Amino acid sequence: MALQYLDFEKPIIELDQKIEELKTFNLSGITNVDDEIKNLEAKRDKLIKDIFKNIGNWQITQLSRHPLRPYTLDYIELITENFIELHGDRLFMDDKAVVGGFCFIKDSSGGYRQRVLIVGHQKGRNTKDKMCRNFGMPHPEGYRKAQRLFKLAEKYSIPIVTLIDTPGAYPGLGAEERGQSEAIAKTIYTLLDVKVPVLSIIIGEGGSGGALAFGVGNKVLMLEYSVYSVISPEGCASILYKDVSKTEEASNSLKLTAKDLYGLKVIDGIIPEPLGGAHKNKVLASDNIRKAIIENLGYLKKYDGETLRNDRIRKFTEY
Amino acid sequence: MLLFKSKNGKKEQGKLAIPEGLWIKCPSCSEIIYKKELERNLEVCPKCNYHFRINADRRIDIIFDEGSFKRLFEDIMPQDLLDFTDTKKYKDRLKEDSKKTGLTDAVISGEGTIDKIRVAATLFDFNFMGGSMGRVVGEKIAKTFEYAIQKKLPVIIFSSSGGARMQEGIFSLMQMAKTVAFVSEFKKVSLPYISVVTDPTTGGVSASFASLGDVIIAEPKALIGFAGPRVIEKTIHQSLPEGFQRSEYLLEHGMIDMIVERKDIKNTLKNLLLLLVNE
Ligand SMILES: [Zn+2]
Repeated sequence: MALQYLDFEKPIIELDQKIEELKTFNLSGITNVDDEIKNLEAKRDKLIKDIFKNIGNWQITQLSRHPLRPYTLDYIELITENFIELHGDRLFMDDKAVVGGFCFIKDSSGGYRQRVLIVGHQKGRNTKDKMCRNFGMPHPEGYRKAQRLFKLAEKYSIPIVTLIDTPGAYPGLGAEERGQSEAIAKTIYTLLDVKVPVLSIIIGEGGSGGALAFGVGNKVLMLEYSVYSVISPEGCASILYKDVSKTEEASNSLKLTAKDLYGLKVIDGIIPEPLGGAHKNKVLASDNIRKAIIENLGYLKKYDGETLRNDRIRKFTEY
Repeated sequence: MLLFKSKNGKKEQGKLAIPEGLWIKCPSCSEIIYKKELERNLEVCPKCNYHFRINADRRIDIIFDEGSFKRLFEDIMPQDLLDFTDTKKYKDRLKEDSKKTGLTDAVISGEGTIDKIRVAATLFDFNFMGGSMGRVVGEKIAKTFEYAIQKKLPVIIFSSSGGARMQEGIFSLMQMAKTVAFVSEFKKVSLPYISVVTDPTTGGVSASFASLGDVIIAEPKALIGFAGPRVIEKTIHQSLPEGFQRSEYLLEHGMIDMIVERKDIKNTLKNLLLLLVNE
């Protein structure tokens, strides 16, 4: 369990463990320790608040990669109904680092009426799953599957939501052989061009071109503790600073947090995370994402397809 | 081993006796080439056909009709929006490379004629911060497309770039979206966009407009790819096959249309334009 805590989260472990112990004790029904639990929980929450008040870019980068952080399929499970995953690029294979499918999303009235296509990067939870998902690093086939689904969504006038969470597109032999560059370029082209609303949300790691391929929405939002950058702090430290110990410094220079990028007007909004990060309360994190989707699609749906396409072109020609 | 007579007439081993500035060693076959001869041969090794990297000005000389190229958008200057410092200040790097190359940033854009056919063009210069793409490069490419739409001209972009300019952080990443957006806009006019990729073209440049040409032409043996070979080797823990990510490899895998030698590029472009531009 201790492995699932980041270094700066460690002070929280002791209190978390005590609370767990008391809860088990409570179940035995011998003595009522409810008050004691409440006390400790308040103490823990204050501690988390204090820790998160002074959280830096490097800590946020670590949170964006937290081993317990919810991934695309976790959010899909919590906010959608009747999700039907579609597979394959019809050219070579099915890339499991990218998932996509149509579903209904719970709207403001509590009903499931809003149809969407969700396409996102997918990381794995355990070792086997991580390998299967290639650590969320797509091959060209993942991007080509996405292009195929984007065009299907356009055909049915269904809005597109992309969830971004990748260290980057995979730098491997087969990926190069089968045209990783072309796959990314064409995905950007396709997503800019579709005549439906596109909402892009960075939910974890927004790593370089592999992230941008899904990032050209009419609106681009970030979860509070996600990051978005042209290169990882580690890569930046090693290439530009020629010193891997400068990783934290690089994370500051790159201005990669939601707050930084909102300040630079690169993103349109920040979706708040629960106290301590999305992994502390997946249900609440999911609901915040759901609300953001409903609100933004509600706004974008007022426009016709051609206007939405031109809006994206205009938006990205302004950088 | 190559032997030649040095200026003072003494026979010496080539490697030790290259008089500064007059001779150059081919990095591919190690032939010692007289610089004037290399220039006459368009910076291509006469022995092994190795294409030396050339700067944007030199490429303009080779491609465009003499005196026809007019530079455009020269007033777009780089900015240090993130106040970025690594081992050096970004501002200082810009100054140094500007002094070194005589350029304001890593591309020259403009209009010229190729065998009397008018085209809008952007040419990368690898000597300016490795041809990296920041906001000036993105903006000049955007303006090139915009200008071509207005004037109804074909577009040719000659790439040579290590990818995104990391010192501009997220703004360099956004140039990928920006340039692709203009490729998309350019389809409004039914005119050719030709992408010429030269050594090296990788990262954010390769993964955006450079891979979206109606026709993609590469110089022989140019390194073209998304990730650099060293990054790939580090990731997969194995050495890469001979010729991997070179033009010939990309042609074989269907990623480019053709490989054209430097001496033939002007003629190939002319012929393509004659076919694709409807008068
Ligand atoms: Zn040679």
